[in-house]
Amino acid sequence: MTPIEPERPDAVNDLTRGLWRDNPVFVQVLGMCPALAVSNTALNALAMGLATLFVLLASAVVVSALRHVVPKQVRIATYILIIATFVTIVDMAIQAISLDLHRALGAFISLIVVNCLILGRAEAFASRNPIGRSVLDGLGMGIGFTFALLSLGAVREILGAGTLFGLRVLPEAFEPWVVMLLPSGGFFTLAGWLLVFNAFQRRRQAAAGEVSP
Amino acid sequence: MTAQAPTSLPSPWPMFRAMVGVGLACGLGIVGMFLATRGTIERNRAEALRAAIFQVLPTAHSHETFVWNDDSGFAPATPEASGPQVYAAYGEQGQLVGLALEDAGMGYQDVIRVLYGYALDAQAIVGLAVLESRETPGLGDRIETDPAFRANFERLDATLSPDGASLANAIVAVKNGEKQHPWQIDGITGATISAEAIAAILHRSASAWAPRVQQRRGDFAGAGTGHDAD
Repeated sequence: MTPIEPERPDAVNDLTRGLWRDNPVFVQVLGMCPALAVSNTALNALAMGLATLFVLLASAVVVSALRHVVPKQVRIATYILIIATFVTIVDMAIQAISLDLHRALGAFISLIVVNCLILGRAEAFASRNPIGRSVLDGLGMGIGFTFALLSLGAVREILGAGTLFGLRVLPEAFEPWVVMLLPSGGFFTLAGWLLVFNAFQRRRQAAAGEVSP
Repeated sequence: MTAQAPTSLPSPWPMFRAMVGVGLACGLGIVGMFLATRGTIERNRAEALRAAIFQVLPTAHSHETFVWNDDSGFAPATPEASGPQVYAAYGEQGQLVGLALEDAGMGYQDVIRVLYGYALDAQAIVGLAVLESRETPGLGDRIETDPAFRANFERLDATLSPDGASLANAIVAVKNGEKQHPWQIDGITGATISAEAIAAILHRSASAWAPRVQQRRGDFAGAGTGHDAD
C-alpha cells in the first residue's frame, strides 16, 4: 500500500486513487482470492465486483461514523462484525435476485468478509477520516476492484469460451482455450494485465520526468 | 487514530458499549434482511426445483413432495416429517407420470448433484438435470452440455429384476460409441470419470429407489388432483 505519488488530501484524489494509481488488484495486489477464483466469466466478475463495492462502501460509512466511539482495542473485532453483517446482507440479496448467480459465485460471497481490501480500507482510511471522504475512498476502491475483476473476467471468458456476458464474440471456428476458465487461466490473465499496467505506469512516469529504476 | 490519547488505557465500559452496540445493530440488520428476502428466496428455490422437475419429467403438470419412511413408506411431506424426499409428478388428468429423485456422488472435481426422472410404467430414467457440478469446463461439464450424452437419458433402462428387489441390469457408462444395451450410458471422450460418476450415481440411486417406488406405488395415488404446483 505504498502510494506512488505523495497524497493530496482532496476529494478528487480520494475518489480516483483507487481507480487507477492505487488500483486494489493491479497495484496493491489485494483481494486476490476472489479476483482469481470468480473472474472466469465477465458476469461473475461483475457480480463479485459489485458485491465487494457495496460492502466496501457500506462498511466505510459505518466505520467512519463510529470512529470516535469505538476504542482502538476492539476496533478490529468491531470492523469484522460490521463487514460480516454487510456480507451476509449481500449474500441474502444475491440469493433473492438469482439463485444461479449465487451458485456460480459459491463460497466466495461469504469470503468477502476476509477480503483484505475491505478491512485494509476500514483500518487505513475510514477509521481516520470523515464520512464524506471515506465514501469517496470506498467508491473509488470498489470501482477500481470491479474494473480489475471485469478486465480479468472479460479476457478469460472471451479466450476460454469465445463469449462475453454469454454473447458470442468470436467465430464458432475458434477453439476455446479451456485453460483460461480454469484457475491457472486466472494467473495467466493477471500476469498479462500486470505487464500492461506496469508498462503503462512506467511510460507515464518517464514522460513526467521521473527516472524509473 | 481514535479519540483516546495513546498513553491512557480506556475504561472497559466504552469497549463493552461499542461491541454490544455494534453487535446489536448488526444483529438487527441481518435479521431484518433475512425477513425481507425470505419470501423471495423461498419462491426462487421452489421455482428452481419446479423447473428441474419439469425438465426431467416433461409430461408433468403438477408435483407433490413425499417423504420416505422405512416403516410406513411414502407420505406427503409435512413441515414435521423428516427423511429423504422424492417428488411425485402428475399429468394433466392427475395420473402419476413419474418420480423426480435427487442424489449426489463424487465426480472428478467435486460432488455432482443430480435430479432425474423415473417413469414407473416404462421402468426407465427419462430425464436428467445436473443441479450442482464443478466439473472441468469444456471436458467434464459436457455431462450438462453435450447433446449426445444428454440423449442417453431420454430413455435409460432401469427395469427391476424378477424378484423386484434390485435392478435387472446395472447402469454403467461405456466408451463413447460402444453403447449396445438400453441400460448403458454412452460415455464422453475426455470426460470418462465424469460420465462414470453419473452412471454410478444413477445406478446406486435407482437400485435403492426403484424397488421402493414400485412396491409402494399406491402411496402416490390421488395426490395429483387439485395440487397443481402453481
